[in-house]
Amino acid sequence: MTTAPSTAPVQLPTPRPQARPARRAARRIVRRLPVWLLVAVLLVVMLYPQFWMIMGSFKTQTEFFANPTWALPEQFNLDNYIDAFTRGNVGVNYRNSILVTLPSVALIVLAGLAAGYALEIMIWKGRRQVLLFVMGGIMVPGQMILVPLFTVYFKIGITDSLLPMILTYTAMGIPLTTFLMAAYFRAIPREIFEAATVDGCGPLRSFFVIAAPLMKNSMLTIGLIQFFSVFNDLLIALTFTTRPELATIQVGLLSLSDQYGSTQYGALFAAISINIIVLLIVFVFLNKKIMAGLAAGSVKG
Amino acid sequence: MSRVFGDKKTILILLLPTLSIYVLLKVIPVAWSLGLSFFQGNTLRGFEFVGLDNFREFAGDSAALNSVWVSVSFAVIVTVAQVTFGYLLALLYVFVLRRGSAFVRTAVFFPMVLPTVAVALLFKSLIAVGENQGPVNDAINAFGGESIEFLASTAGTMTIAVIMTLWSSMGFYAVLLYTGLLDIPEEVVESARMDGATGPRLVGYIIIPLSLPILLSSIIFSLNATLKVFDSLLALNNGGPGTTTAPLTLYMYRTAFEYAEYGYGSTIALALTLLCLVFTLVVFRPSSKRVED
Repeated sequence: MTTAPSTAPVQLPTPRPQARPARRAARRIVRRLPVWLLVAVLLVVMLYPQFWMIMGSFKTQTEFFANPTWALPEQFNLDNYIDAFTRGNVGVNYRNSILVTLPSVALIVLAGLAAGYALEIMIWKGRRQVLLFVMGGIMVPGQMILVPLFTVYFKIGITDSLLPMILTYTAMGIPLTTFLMAAYFRAIPREIFEAATVDGCGPLRSFFVIAAPLMKNSMLTIGLIQFFSVFNDLLIALTFTTRPELATIQVGLLSLSDQYGSTQYGALFAAISINIIVLLIVFVFLNKKIMAGLAAGSVKG
Repeated sequence: MSRVFGDKKTILILLLPTLSIYVLLKVIPVAWSLGLSFFQGNTLRGFEFVGLDNFREFAGDSAALNSVWVSVSFAVIVTVAQVTFGYLLALLYVFVLRRGSAFVRTAVFFPMVLPTVAVALLFKSLIAVGENQGPVNDAINAFGGESIEFLASTAGTMTIAVIMTLWSSMGFYAVLLYTGLLDIPEEVVESARMDGATGPRLVGYIIIPLSLPILLSSIIFSLNATLKVFDSLLALNNGGPGTTTAPLTLYMYRTAFEYAEYGYGSTIALALTLLCLVFTLVVFRPSSKRVED
């Protein structure tokens, strides 16, 4: 429906009549109207639920019952947030989530970086097969390893800590990360590493001095993919959380909803809103990287 | 040169940590789990070798078969819906909004980074009935309808689950397919337009065939992700009413950790793994043939 760009090979000598462009502009606005309506509906559908939840987190219990759902809060009242932190354990949950996510992501990225280098830059027999062997893990669902891991963690007596979660996330993140790192290493010209060798740099040193700095961007991208998959996970966290003190934010939200479900909306709304607000702030700063990273992770996976 | 990059010690130092974590915490547990599927019992009660009994039990277990049905239908419906909506959005970004699409892309993508549990609880509140009724039922009442308790029925719960998944992930598929569409050379689209292809014809004959590879990887990725659905159905309605919306993942989790049937749980996990494998191969086989043509 769109017209081809006007190349206008010949400039008209006389200026065009004034009425025509104006009418054309009006026609364009009419033609664009359905598109703008569609976009407006789309944005309302996407944004309103989040806006409604955040507004709800400032409402008092009486406002929930007395006012219609779409009413704005009468005042910005922080009681729900205080309640969520004091009685709802949201602070402890956040601390646990961070204590689990950061080490897991760091381990996944470092292990994947080293393995990617060994499998892509180093030359040895059987490296293709080893890469395929590691990649096979991408397909296996988490449910497949839960029972054996639970048994082992219990036997060696570490179930009373956050360690089981960190170990499991690391193992689960390694296949995709190794595969992506190998793919990113393939894009770096080999000559760089060869030149370093000529200058007397050993392979291990070129890993630290040349490869790691060159891969900074890829590490950030892959780190973000893994951050969201670990931070947002429920399955592993639910399986290896033996006490409420070890609950991550996802497990905490779930039990908060069971506990308050039909009685205390405020605290639950506040806990969910904290999630939305914190991730929104991260997203605003990193949205290009996050979008590109998540997309790359899925196409290649 | 090849001697330097073939240095065994370096390879070992760099690869060994990753490989040992992978083998110890992933490969061995998978093999162990495979073995467990021929046993019954748990660590406290002890295990008993039962051969193929678990598989026979699975074939005759109506709850298990229902959960296979839930997983498969959810995966197929959501995949079709989110790839279609994602593709329509991508076309909107590329051909209608063009350079102005950045804000819309970002706004529609954002829910993807929200935890599924938070999204599920948000939707649960949106459709709530009763004293703290959500805006959805308020709107229905405003148009003269009766409040609907969506989560009281299987079909209602599944509908909400599908809409919720679509809401949170269609922006992601839109961005994925958008980058694919950007890769189509400008000249191809221009020359098709010169030949008189516009609107639907242009999309049908030029754009879709050229974006087929990225469409197929989106479908495979979506199927693999939705077959493993766990958080959203658990947080939305806990697999209810009853166990009618419990996918295979949730059934496995309950069997293994709530009823402590480790052996049977492993059998269910194996069934899930095979299901993912079969779906990927079914989509992949014809697609790789078509790409060769």
